Amino acid sequence: MTRTTGRLVDVAKTLLVPVVFVLAWHAAVKLTGTRLIPTPREVGVMLWDFTFGGVYDDAFSKTIFVHFWASVKRVYAGFFLAAAVGVPLGLLIGRVKLIRELVDPTLQLLRPVPVTAWLPLSMIFFGLGPNAAIFLVFLGAFYPIVLNTTFGVRSVDAKLFEAANMLGCNGSSLFRQVVLPAAMPSIFNGLRLGHGFSWILIVVGEMTGVPQGLGAVIMDARMLSRADLVISGMIVIGLAGFFSDRLIVAVNNRLLAWSPQHRV
Amino acid sequence: MSDPELHRSAKPTLAIKGVSKRFSMGDQTVEALRDVSLTINKGEFVCLIGASGCGKSTLLRIVAGFETVTSGTIEMYGTPIAGPGPERGMVFQDYALFPWLTVRQNIGFGPRQRGLPKANLDEIARRYTDMVGLTRFADYYPSQLSGGMKQRVAIARVLANDCEVLLMDEPFGALDALTREKLQQELLEIWERTKVTVIFVTHSVEEAVLLSDRVVVMTAGPGRIEHDGRIPLARPREVSAIDFNQVRREITQRLTSHLTPSVAAAA
Repeated sequence: MTRTTGRLVDVAKTLLVPVVFVLAWHAAVKLTGTRLIPTPREVGVMLWDFTFGGVYDDAFSKTIFVHFWASVKRVYAGFFLAAAVGVPLGLLIGRVKLIRELVDPTLQLLRPVPVTAWLPLSMIFFGLGPNAAIFLVFLGAFYPIVLNTTFGVRSVDAKLFEAANMLGCNGSSLFRQVVLPAAMPSIFNGLRLGHGFSWILIVVGEMTGVPQGLGAVIMDARMLSRADLVISGMIVIGLAGFFSDRLIVAVNNRLLAWSPQHRV
Repeated sequence: MSDPELHRSAKPTLAIKGVSKRFSMGDQTVEALRDVSLTINKGEFVCLIGASGCGKSTLLRIVAGFETVTSGTIEMYGTPIAGPGPERGMVFQDYALFPWLTVRQNIGFGPRQRGLPKANLDEIARRYTDMVGLTRFADYYPSQLSGGMKQRVAIARVLANDCEVLLMDEPFGALDALTREKLQQELLEIWERTKVTVIFVTHSVEEAVLLSDRVVVMTAGPGRIEHDGRIPLARPREVSAIDFNQVRREITQRLTSHLTPSVAAAA
């Protein structure tokens, strides 16, 4: 088998399931004659109109970028906030016994509360608007980041600390030169997980009455009974989450080039 | 008499006096070492040998400063050892290299902690990378190296930090026979060249007789020194020589003479 045919086979394997899925979807809509679910073609038309306009020319035509950008800003605001608090806190919990004893029990108690259950309180704290959504994203991303960072620090081979001590590396320098890089694979695990939750929670967060954002579009489309727009919104979120994840993976692979088992 | 160098050289490199070590595991106390005394002079190559549980690794970790003694004293040039330090460099069996640093950066880690200027650092890292023959692999990460190469990096890492006592905890135990032989030869060359003092823990009699000036035989339960003797063989040594085998047999007997009665008692 030549390289080209080998690659073609790979592409075919990747595409097989999605193609079958779309065909089955089409067939199911046609066979049942339902009017509640659009065909893949109708969703395609909606996506086109959502992006370029010229088909329906209504309130949603050509607005994809506005909504996309609104969601991206909130996702990254919440996510980076979670990383900025979660990584240092995780490092401290993992390394400093007193902080672990003070903070960890509270974290473990709060963690089982589903982030979506915070929605009413977040609306009271932050009002109707983007800040409530950012808060939810922050909470959703925070737990996996802080827990994985803590785990990463706790599982550093004790010999590495001994080696560093004997080579004259102590205190804060040990933190920066040994603890942080050694925990990096776990930290990235947490960042990836947290990032995934960010895109889940943005939709919940934006269902609370913000005018723009992909979650808001889905909510509005539901009220208007426009399933084609609901599905279009889902597709855009899926793609945005996917490419956003690839970005993190790219950074991960660059920073963790030293560890073959942590390359994704 | 006020010359500090003169004063320093008058003291032995390491003086271990009446050292005992007890660990508590749950509500049990394990006596790892009982009343161990040992004096090691500058430039000596000393092997600690014994069955597992004889406390040889514990003794090494105490010298490194990773463990404290329960009683007794341990001094380097007359100064009590208070913790890990660059003058005592440990080479671990499983390497303990920093996996996120390249060969060059691992070797330069110690000098970097001392805040040397960059040019100086590069020069030290290069010199010691060359010394262990890894110039071609200077920019590789540990995960890309074989076990033998990793152990070379670990040796260069402590030598680059000007260590005076090289502490080696079964350093070649995880290597295949051919690589082990090669590294043993390289270690001897480095030792002869740098005049570093070596304390080498092993459970291979052959390795001990091949490498050391002095073999310290330890026995278990609790760990103590059974025998401390010089190896009366000229270097380079040949493992298949008759006198080599004689020495090896003597030491093996010393090691096993204490195993046999306990086996008999157990039976």
